[in-house]
Amino acid sequence: MLKHHAKIEKNSVLLLIFTVIVISIGGIVEILPLFRKETTIEPVQGVRPYTPLELAGQNVYIREGCYNCHSQQIRALRDEVERYGHYSLAAESMYDHPFQWGSKRTGPDLARVGGKYSDDWHVQHMSNPQALVPESIMPSYPHLTTRVADLDGIADDLKALRAVGVPYSDDMISNAARDAYAQATQDSDYLDGLLERYGDKVNARNFDSQNHTSEMDALIAYLQVLGTMAELKDYKPAPARGGNQ
Amino acid sequence: MNKLNENPIYNNDIVKLFAIATVFWGIVGFAVGVFIALQMAFPVLNFGEYLTFGRLRPLHTSAVVFAFGGNALFATSYFSVQRTCRTRLWGDNWAKFTFWGYQFFIVMAAIGYVTGVTQAKEYAEPEWYADLWLTFVWVAYLVVFMMTLKNRREPHIYVGNWFFLAFIVTVAVLHLANNVAVPVSFLGAKSYPAWGGVQSAMIQWWYAHNAVGFFLTAGFLGIMYYFVPKRAGRPVYSYRLSILHFWSLIFMYIWAGPHHLHYTALPDWAQTLGMTFSIMLWMPSWGGMINGMMTLSGAWHKLREDPVLRFMIISLAFYGMSTFEGPLMAIKTVNALSHYTDWTIGHVHSGALGWVAFISFGALYHLVPILWKRDGLYSMKLVNLHLWIATLGIVLYITAMWVSGIMQGLMWRSYDSMGFLEYSFVETVMAMHPFYVIRAVGGGLFLIGALIMAYNLYRTARGDKSPEMIAAEEIAHA
Repeated sequence: MLKHHAKIEKNSVLLLIFTVIVISIGGIVEILPLFRKETTIEPVQGVRPYTPLELAGQNVYIREGCYNCHSQQIRALRDEVERYGHYSLAAESMYDHPFQWGSKRTGPDLARVGGKYSDDWHVQHMSNPQALVPESIMPSYPHLTTRVADLDGIADDLKALRAVGVPYSDDMISNAARDAYAQATQDSDYLDGLLERYGDKVNARNFDSQNHTSEMDALIAYLQVLGTMAELKDYKPAPARGGNQ
Repeated sequence: MNKLNENPIYNNDIVKLFAIATVFWGIVGFAVGVFIALQMAFPVLNFGEYLTFGRLRPLHTSAVVFAFGGNALFATSYFSVQRTCRTRLWGDNWAKFTFWGYQFFIVMAAIGYVTGVTQAKEYAEPEWYADLWLTFVWVAYLVVFMMTLKNRREPHIYVGNWFFLAFIVTVAVLHLANNVAVPVSFLGAKSYPAWGGVQSAMIQWWYAHNAVGFFLTAGFLGIMYYFVPKRAGRPVYSYRLSILHFWSLIFMYIWAGPHHLHYTALPDWAQTLGMTFSIMLWMPSWGGMINGMMTLSGAWHKLREDPVLRFMIISLAFYGMSTFEGPLMAIKTVNALSHYTDWTIGHVHSGALGWVAFISFGALYHLVPILWKRDGLYSMKLVNLHLWIATLGIVLYITAMWVSGIMQGLMWRSYDSMGFLEYSFVETVMAMHPFYVIRAVGGGLFLIGALIMAYNLYRTARGDKSPEMIAAEEIAHA
């Protein structure tokens, strides 16, 4: 072994090439098969791309670094399913670029936070968490209510996401800004178009009860849809292989 | 000091710059760490929009990993590659570009974090423009390193340089594959990563775990393989073990990423592969530790006399401990408890503070007198003080995180006699408060230690001698 190794040790280019080969194997074996989506992402109905307003909300979530303290991935463990709901399916985050699974729960998991709290609770909680949960260690985000959400250019975000594989249609892109405002306005004239494009289940209302469409509106629209898209009632896990069925 | 180290052919100026940057960014990174630790104990410390935990946490991790650790790797690799190849570092201007280019990247990334510009991928938060810039800097680093190897006046490439080379080239591969993204516009900071959902998770943790494996391990093993034998005045314990250590470590590390995704929506086979390789990784890790520690055989007495060597050997002990703890936590059933809790944070810090920072401190104490052409450090007493304050800080830190992490994991899964979950989430948050305070104290001690080091190194560079060192020299001369 030592004699052959001397050849590599005396040639820097050879050392470089061998190193690259050795470090490539593991990544190729573990990553490439995941791109065969039919074996990676289980079939479940209902998951759609985010509406423009929800997407703007996700961008606020990312900007504030929420993922540093909140996971969005319920593991298939008894206590987690009881605390947070059905374990997370791969399909539910397939349009997240990047994934928001997180790695630390300084605060609770948010994968299924949608519909658990009222809009008003979210507004108060985000503005001053300790007012609702005195023991909370979450920072407050009062600036989200005052700041107007930047939605006029949201079509460009949809376009970029389409380039990486999220199925936004031409129709969705050309109406992006209008759809965003429609979702955050009570009884908007443009509501029908939004529901036609993204489905009847879309939460459309003035989330923070202010006259302007704020970043708080966008963030709450995002939080209220988390974990609610997939039709979990109809979902049947694949049977375990190997044993008697 | 032997003659070669004083040989003017070496480019010491570039190493000096990186050494100064290492100390500077180290203190910044540790200070931000102490601050965010205090924020978790006392949330009123989240000031305004720009200084919340969510924005400062990436600032802390990047400052310690990439700014402190990165500059330490540049300094030590540039120092040792010249000496082990007996040639000047190739390309003075290229090397200078790597310095200023890398500092520019750090500042660009840091400004982004505070203003909310982030890709939201842990340890890969910088947006597309900063990533692109880093790519240029990194290619320049690879070119400088490879060309220096090519110009060497030794037939063999020294083992430390294998590790440095593997670190440089693997980080390049990881960085490129993980950061493919489509910018929303060419004038805006925002981009969307090419990978989504489960693929995004797998690629991100393949990247992040190997940021640990190659940035924080292979690179720092390069430091170990040069500076421990140098300081001990003994050759590396086993050449054969070095070869085995190198190839098995770099082959196995790459597979370990999925252990960050146990019981998630990642396919089961990938989780199992990740767990298996993580457990196997224990062997090469301990092989490396043994190779480093046993280098002292026949010279153990030096540990009593030289606190700098003590830093290096304690760092190897921490390395051994965290590379045992890592495989343990990668086992699915253990991970079911430890994941999402502070146990992970404690584990990372026993590696980052105990191994990465301690081996860097040891190398800095060794380097600075050589670079500034002094015949010794300003004060060995202060080195010793730094060692014990920092060790105490680490012990407080990791024990606090063990307790709070395991406690929280157990509380989450605890059931009452009626079969209901016993604790609400916020009850687990309240229970962790005392441990968050202890952790901040531990981090504070570690920071104080680093400030002592900065003072000691500054006085050394100026050419000062502490009264204790002068007295010791007089005794020696008498």
